[in-house]
Amino acid sequence: MALTAKEIWAVFHGMILGGGFLLSFSAGLAGLYSLRQGWLSVDGIKERVQRMKWYTSIMAVISFLTVFSGTYLVYPWYRATAPEGADLALYPRNFLLADPNLAGWHTFGMEWKEHVAWLSPILAFAVAYLVVKYGTELSKNQSLRRITIALLILAFAAAAVAGLLGALITKAAPII
Amino acid sequence: MSADTKTIKSGPGAAAMISAGIGSLFLGLMTTGAVISVDLKNALSLYAPAGPLSGKTTVAFAAWLLSWVILGTIWKDKDFNFSRAFTITLILVGIGFLLTFPPIFEAFE
Repeated sequence: MALTAKEIWAVFHGMILGGGFLLSFSAGLAGLYSLRQGWLSVDGIKERVQRMKWYTSIMAVISFLTVFSGTYLVYPWYRATAPEGADLALYPRNFLLADPNLAGWHTFGMEWKEHVAWLSPILAFAVAYLVVKYGTELSKNQSLRRITIALLILAFAAAAVAGLLGALITKAAPII
Repeated sequence: MSADTKTIKSGPGAAAMISAGIGSLFLGLMTTGAVISVDLKNALSLYAPAGPLSGKTTVAFAAWLLSWVILGTIWKDKDFNFSRAFTITLILVGIGFLLTFPPIFEAFE
């Protein structure tokens, strides 16, 4: 039982960073949801906001690292063109396209995943900025708090689509 | 007005939201644009191993950050209705999202 260097990077991209993203999203969502004046004391809000700044900033950075490592480390291995006569199992894109029953994992799955994933860091940084900039104001301005939650969920949704497709594509054609 | 009751201007927050929408829109435009124009697709291959994806995302990030700097500077001391900013952002993100959806951009092939 061993992992190749490519598999280790794929695990780093999908599971280590992906897991960190999921954790920071959960913490950020729970914190924002309960950030209401009637629910927390003044000191409680201040303490909660400090943690929220960390959670959302970490989520934004992890989101960026995930898409960056995916695009510039893992994706080139996925899309590398197989030389004539090569074992297609080593070239996931060619492997999928060679089988009409699997081609959809590339033409729909990877084509969507590789693009939609990049919406996540853009939206996550907007969320982090709103939390850092407005801080305790979020507990007073419920409209802004709800907008921030909506953007956070959109950032997560984009990452979730990409993550789910990534897992399914890896199952059909792993990078080895 | 004390520090506790001072309200922070909403312009910078609106700028952060709308620029995220602009970045998303550009991602969609580049994705669909690369399907429509082979020249654009080739031009977007900034890093050959990653192909046009490298250029699409670089352009989207540049548009996002540049628009954030510009809007953030213009609206630094101004107020902007958060709900209105969010609606604009949703529309921009929605268009960007649709233009990155394969059945949509493949319709331009």
